[in-house]
Amino acid sequence: MAAPKKSVAKEPGQEKANGSPPEFTKAQELAALRDMLLIRRFEEKAGQLYGMGAIGGFCHLYIGQEAVVVGMQMALKKGDQVITGYRDHGHMLACGMDANGVMAELTGRRGGYSKGKGGSMHMFSMEKNFYGGHGIVGAQVSLGTGLAFANRYRGNDFVSVAYFGDGASNQGQVYESFNMAELWKLPVIYVIENNRYAMGTSVTRSSALTDFSKRGASFNIPGQQVDGMDVRAVKAAGDEAVAWCRAGKGPFILEMQTYRYRGHSMSDPAKYRTREEVEKIRTDQDPIEQVRNRLLAAKVSEQELKAIDAEVRAIVNASADFAQRDPEPDPSELWTDIYR
Amino acid sequence: MPIQVLMPALSPTMEKGNLAKWLKKEGETIKSGDVIAEIETDKATMEVEATDEGTLGKILIPEGTADVAVNTPIATILADGESAADLGKASAPAQAAKAAESAPPAEAKAEAPQPKAEKAPAAPPAAVTEPDPEVPAGTEMITQTIREALRDAMAEEMRRDPDVFIMGEEVAEYQGAYKVTQGLLQEFGARRVIDTPITEHGFAGVGVGASMTGLKPIVEFMTFNFAMQAIDQIINSAAKTLYMSGGQMGCSIVFRGPNGAAARVAAQHSQDYSAWYSQIPGLKVIAPFSAADYKGLLKAAIRDPNPVIFLENEVLYGHTGEVPKLDDYVIPIGKARIVRSGKDVTLISWSNGMTYALKAADELAKEGIEAEVIDLRTLRPMDTETIVNSVKKTGRAVTVEEGWQQSGVGAEIAARIMEHAFDYLDAPVARVSGKDVPMPYAANLEKLALPSVAEVVAAAKAVSYR
Repeated sequence: MAAPKKSVAKEPGQEKANGSPPEFTKAQELAALRDMLLIRRFEEKAGQLYGMGAIGGFCHLYIGQEAVVVGMQMALKKGDQVITGYRDHGHMLACGMDANGVMAELTGRRGGYSKGKGGSMHMFSMEKNFYGGHGIVGAQVSLGTGLAFANRYRGNDFVSVAYFGDGASNQGQVYESFNMAELWKLPVIYVIENNRYAMGTSVTRSSALTDFSKRGASFNIPGQQVDGMDVRAVKAAGDEAVAWCRAGKGPFILEMQTYRYRGHSMSDPAKYRTREEVEKIRTDQDPIEQVRNRLLAAKVSEQELKAIDAEVRAIVNASADFAQRDPEPDPSELWTDIYR
Repeated sequence: MPIQVLMPALSPTMEKGNLAKWLKKEGETIKSGDVIAEIETDKATMEVEATDEGTLGKILIPEGTADVAVNTPIATILADGESAADLGKASAPAQAAKAAESAPPAEAKAEAPQPKAEKAPAAPPAAVTEPDPEVPAGTEMITQTIREALRDAMAEEMRRDPDVFIMGEEVAEYQGAYKVTQGLLQEFGARRVIDTPITEHGFAGVGVGASMTGLKPIVEFMTFNFAMQAIDQIINSAAKTLYMSGGQMGCSIVFRGPNGAAARVAAQHSQDYSAWYSQIPGLKVIAPFSAADYKGLLKAAIRDPNPVIFLENEVLYGHTGEVPKLDDYVIPIGKARIVRSGKDVTLISWSNGMTYALKAADELAKEGIEAEVIDLRTLRPMDTETIVNSVKKTGRAVTVEEGWQQSGVGAEIAARIMEHAFDYLDAPVARVSGKDVPMPYAANLEKLALPSVAEVVAAAKAVSYR
């Protein structure tokens, strides 16, 4: 198989060995900035609400990884499906799901996407082709392969995108899925969000092969390492992978090299990495700052950027208000939605 | 001494087969490894190879003979220097003789726990058999094996709905490991009859993912023992998604395959998962006994918008029964059936457990105890009403299952009877079940590990204080 040209692997923080990815138009830059900011502010607010006790259970924040879902979404078309694991708030917002519905689900209220019955890790939207939100590490890989199977069965040209982390990459069903996907040439993009830590275990301590783009090698699935902190690089790689899948050539693996600023969950003591490591990436690599700096360099006014900030903050604040005002589910909801 | 060639058993559950063809004639020389005959079972046609050398002395079972029992002598091989005059002295080869000793074909099998084909639906006297309420009077019935009933159910549903497809190991080109999917590939093609790699966890997840988009997969597990590899996808993904999505997204999917003890395959291949799956809200669990129920309930399962666990029984696959010849024979999920009415004691079972229950009812009738036999058919949702109404009438109940007792389905039934009919009980509910051990391989131990008709009879008498 003629695999597409692979870009040279680079760690976040490394010099860009391959030069810059294709430039965005101003409209694309602004859209990317706005969508990433929405996720950043939303997650900050979620963290705040968690601290206040308004959100319970597990809450996994996506801060730092925003360029991955936003860039990928820019490469997709309506009808393409998205599925991910438990760090899913960013994916839902990128898919166009309503911030109120997501935040109200986090607070366990009736206006949440799952009527308050799913919580942070389990939300779905048939309308936006978002298939969850899955709490079992790696399960979404087989399920996402099944979404691609359905596209193939129906003979349409949609692709499915299955997101999972460096941690999930060591689950057995991932490779069972890789095998079937290549065997049956299923249109699925496996996006491995390598944020360097599976909970608190770094990739070098958990993975025999840390180049995740090669994880499909024994199945002949092409893969590419991508600077997941640069939304333009993500979009470019996404375009290439989508074209490969839509052309009927089978699955494609994208290793997104990214970084999670916050802990694994809200109760993460963060003993496994230094404050300096986090700070360095925030300063040098932040996906949002990269876009903001490019826009400023292109003479976009501070005013225009502030207007985006304000719009995003308004959405997030409204969602927090809604999520705290909205009533809890009616007790009768305990017994609904078990069978249909 | 001339050597007898015996009818071979070609699968763990084979009891008889047809001698389709002789490929060697009397007087021909035979070398070890030569194919001498073709045997047809209800699953497949297999070649019989000679394991001894010599001359085919006499063919004892002519080709075209049907229903030849395993271990019946089918031919005699003469060794060097022997002649037709020696034929009368024939003896079975050592190994076969040993097999015959532990399981003589005729006598021991009659008492063996595995039912025989002709007895499977255990036609009790017509007077005490309840008519099937789902079948209009006067409906023409056809006789078919449970294997065929399952195949027809899938084929009919696949013709009816293009979103239905089947995937699993060996379902297509091999025609099904147990030949349940025979002919489906030929009719529906490789797009809808899909051979998977040996990858239960993965393909269960692929099936669930496809069903989330509205397709209606039938996922065949070669046996439910292997579905333990996939149980996370079945429970965490299939059963819970509707609830976790607030009713937005569910899975219409059937997981089916043989469950429970087969015969002589030991602990890892002989386990009853009735209790496991029936505990899970979000799943429906079906475990039929009769051929008609296998067909009507599988059709219902495929149409059901929820994830359904359809537990089959390998021992029953070859058994025949009457199946109504109706264009669309669909049995509602969740309804038990009283297959034999009686006033003295209620026997409650499902799947192959019914074999013991029905035979026990026959035995009890000889002693003047009229047992009412309920075939649960669906384990979740469980038809508590039918059980309770019967127990209110009889005042006594015995559950019969091949699975283990602890946290078993029998335990659940007993609890429901206690909750809903305590004041009607004249004796504590008794449970007959598989023994609390992994399934042993040795024939005698295996028999001991399974329930028996005698145990059911004894339990029924005990609750009747007789």
